[in-house]
Amino acid sequence: MATLTQSLPATRTWQTDVWSWITTVDHKRIAKLYLFSAAAFFAIAGIEAMIMRTQLAQPDGAVIDGALYNQLFTMHGVSMIFVAIMPLNAGFFNLLVPLHIGARDVAFPRLNALSFWMFLFGAIFLNLSFFTGAPDGGWFAYPPLTGKEFSPGTGMEHWILGLAVLGTSSIISSVNFIVTILNLRAPGMKMTRMPVFTWMTLVTSFLILFAFPPFTVAAVLLLTDRLVGTGFFNPAAGGDPVMWQHLFWFMGHPEVYVLILPPMGIVSEVLPTFARKPLFGYTAVVFSGISIGFLGFAVWAHHMFSVGLGPIANGVFTAITMLIAIPTGVKVLNWSATLFRASIKITTAMLFAVSFVALFTIGGLSGMMHAASPVDLQHTDTYFIVAHLHYVLFGGSVFGILAGIYYWWPKLTGRILNERLGKIHWFLAFLGFNLTFGPMHVLGNDGMPRRVYSYVSGQGWDGWNLLATAGAYLTAVSFLLFIYVLLRGLRGERSAGDDPWDGATLEWATTSPPAVHNFDAVPVIGSNRPVWDGKYEGSPVPVDAAAAESDIHMPAPSYWPIIVALGLALGAAGVIYSYPMSAVGFVMVFYGVFAWTQESTVGPPARPSGSGVGH
Amino acid sequence: MVLSGCGELPQTIMEPAGDDARLILNLMVPILWIALVIFLAVVGFLVFSMIKFRYRPGNDDIPVQIHGHTRLEITWMVASAFIVVVLAVMTFRTMAVRAEAPGSGALIVEVTANQWWWEFTYPELDVVTANELYLPIGQEVDLRLASNDVIHSFWFPSLSGKQDVVPGTVTRLNFIPEKAGVYPGQCSEFCGLAHGQMRMSAFVVSPAEFDSWVEMQVTGADPALATSPGAQVFQTNCAACHSIRGTAATFGQIGPELTGIGARTTLGGGTVIHTPDTMAEWIRDPSQLKPGVLMPTLGVAVGDVPAVLSEDDIADLVTYLESMR
Repeated sequence: MATLTQSLPATRTWQTDVWSWITTVDHKRIAKLYLFSAAAFFAIAGIEAMIMRTQLAQPDGAVIDGALYNQLFTMHGVSMIFVAIMPLNAGFFNLLVPLHIGARDVAFPRLNALSFWMFLFGAIFLNLSFFTGAPDGGWFAYPPLTGKEFSPGTGMEHWILGLAVLGTSSIISSVNFIVTILNLRAPGMKMTRMPVFTWMTLVTSFLILFAFPPFTVAAVLLLTDRLVGTGFFNPAAGGDPVMWQHLFWFMGHPEVYVLILPPMGIVSEVLPTFARKPLFGYTAVVFSGISIGFLGFAVWAHHMFSVGLGPIANGVFTAITMLIAIPTGVKVLNWSATLFRASIKITTAMLFAVSFVALFTIGGLSGMMHAASPVDLQHTDTYFIVAHLHYVLFGGSVFGILAGIYYWWPKLTGRILNERLGKIHWFLAFLGFNLTFGPMHVLGNDGMPRRVYSYVSGQGWDGWNLLATAGAYLTAVSFLLFIYVLLRGLRGERSAGDDPWDGATLEWATTSPPAVHNFDAVPVIGSNRPVWDGKYEGSPVPVDAAAAESDIHMPAPSYWPIIVALGLALGAAGVIYSYPMSAVGFVMVFYGVFAWTQESTVGPPARPSGSGVGH
Repeated sequence: MVLSGCGELPQTIMEPAGDDARLILNLMVPILWIALVIFLAVVGFLVFSMIKFRYRPGNDDIPVQIHGHTRLEITWMVASAFIVVVLAVMTFRTMAVRAEAPGSGALIVEVTANQWWWEFTYPELDVVTANELYLPIGQEVDLRLASNDVIHSFWFPSLSGKQDVVPGTVTRLNFIPEKAGVYPGQCSEFCGLAHGQMRMSAFVVSPAEFDSWVEMQVTGADPALATSPGAQVFQTNCAACHSIRGTAATFGQIGPELTGIGARTTLGGGTVIHTPDTMAEWIRDPSQLKPGVLMPTLGVAVGDVPAVLSEDDIADLVTYLESMR
């Protein structure tokens, strides 16, 4: 059996281990890097949320001041979206897509490493702003408030340049996954046989590809407004602050689907496995995901109903926003129907996946309420929206990701996470989440605005806020337990086996963890549940005999991706701190890219020891 | 600190006191009921399935492998489309009512948003005031909103939906206040450091009360007050920014208009309940009560700069301002 150690030098020391991580281009190791780093940033953003909830536990809170509160809510939003949930999703793309389609790696392995290192340095750069004054204009950064006149510090430069680096990382990654999915599928793996998760990766990649370039341009315009006094968004200079809102939300709304579609994909894998049935209405689920992606580009102005765009614009965006309820409803109904007449194994992953469906439904239905633009005029910028978005992105995205971690941990590490503790984790997280965000619906209806660092007593808000804070602490406890579960899950024998959950998709055909080259022989796919059909329909996954004869060459490790990424981050940081630093950074980028083109791309053969799909 | 308001939930959207807020609530409540029914159906089905179809140890039969059901698929697609059409029609009907231009008899009020307070100008009545908006009950109000700095959002939950206030343009909002009372409101678009303390109050009063309020604002201060010791302190230290009708201080434009300040219920853009004590506290060091406020600290030393106002000056000022009613 081929093992991971094949890519390592004969004598392992901690230096060679660290070096192997720095230079790795293996999609599974990059997945681990993404998941681990994103989890760390998730923890930081979670701590920011806990400080805010502590401040808001009582009226006239004095735990922190308004200036810090504004930095915290800005960084909490930016971090959760761009450096926690997006890269957690990217971790799953990396882990699963090549395994799902029977490929050896992604199409551009070094580019994949570049995406990761750009994300890491971009995220560090963004968070370093806390030492000099973090951005405090909200994650949406509306000018003129975020212009030089009203935000004179360097926080906004960290926001703009950090997001530019992170956005470019995502664009590179999206191109990589689009090419991988379109071109590297194993024989017989038609598009209609791809797992739903891989489908959602494809849709998400297209969303990123079309949403981020315009946003990056807008961010650069804001940067020139700030640095050299252009007036794109400055009304005093003839600019238009509302134009920023259009450009921002043209990314900002598809971004919501970038965050939720991959967890929808995860749930579409987890539910059928533990229901021991196929996903109900595979085609409908895939096509509704695609339609959500398309419609997602035509609803951005529902974030701007209160701007005063006029009844025609508001009417059109109301109508298209409501249309999204149809494919979303179709998804929820198909997931539910998957459970009908099933034989449901209640595992931790299944509990998180079913909770996802329920909580996401709440978020979707409250979204339907403020899709109606007049209702939004009362709800927007209140805690009702805070509740809504967290039901979608926490009860939805994060619960989906947690389901995915419990589900694929065995594939990632060869070990199963403790199920008893896992179920306690689920219970505490479910209870804590609902106690935190449930009351916020009431707070919003009772008129509590968002983004206020304190509130006065006597408005009927005190009790609900205290309850929400108690819920937040309970959620924090659940995540501490989760960390313990994960640490336990890193130790002990790799006893999970190849297929611990009786899965249906191709990743369960190979070893846990998979060999560097994923499959010893290229599988030939005959259905969208190849592994299940192999076990229960008596048609084991055949292999491509011609491909099995030749050597397997995996891409060689490279240190140029990290050098290019570091150069880009230095180039960005230098814009704020020192232009020579920028110069050094850009030299690193240009030389790095040049050297990258000159090096050999293929490593020594990683030869399989036998035939068959995994062994 | 307690803001005056009606009942337990002064800022709720659930007890409208204006026609627009009522219209919106009448749209929201049916959507909420539809949402609740769908939610209960979905969650009920999930819980039912998790219990009814759970794996039972010993029974390792493979359940029937159902891949889908085209007719069911089409049915629930059509059903969701039907619900969406119903919701859209309800919404458009509401939007059509909201889109009606204000009538000819409407009271025009120009709202100017500043970091972090509100100015209200009644151009037809020659009245300028700050943070406390007086409206006659039953008369339509036609608001024209502008900003002096960043984007703000004008929101009295009891009276109407929000309207953003965008620098470089004038936005419009109209509604009819329907119930007498005092309604709190606040800026609802994040606008910087003291965003949470950019509050205001709406006083919906009878036409007679409104007229007497207007008269007080137009007349301004009692001329007899000019001899009050506070008048001189005000003229020297406050008049560059603040104006009071009927006094020599009518040129300050930067800060809120203070005509009738003694009768206001809150200070500092709704930051504190107005009492003589909080007035003194506010004058002494406003940034203690409202961090970020642009009004300078005059009553205590700031670094090496000694206090501009003595405690006696402050006491005189408070007496002077409290008599403006």
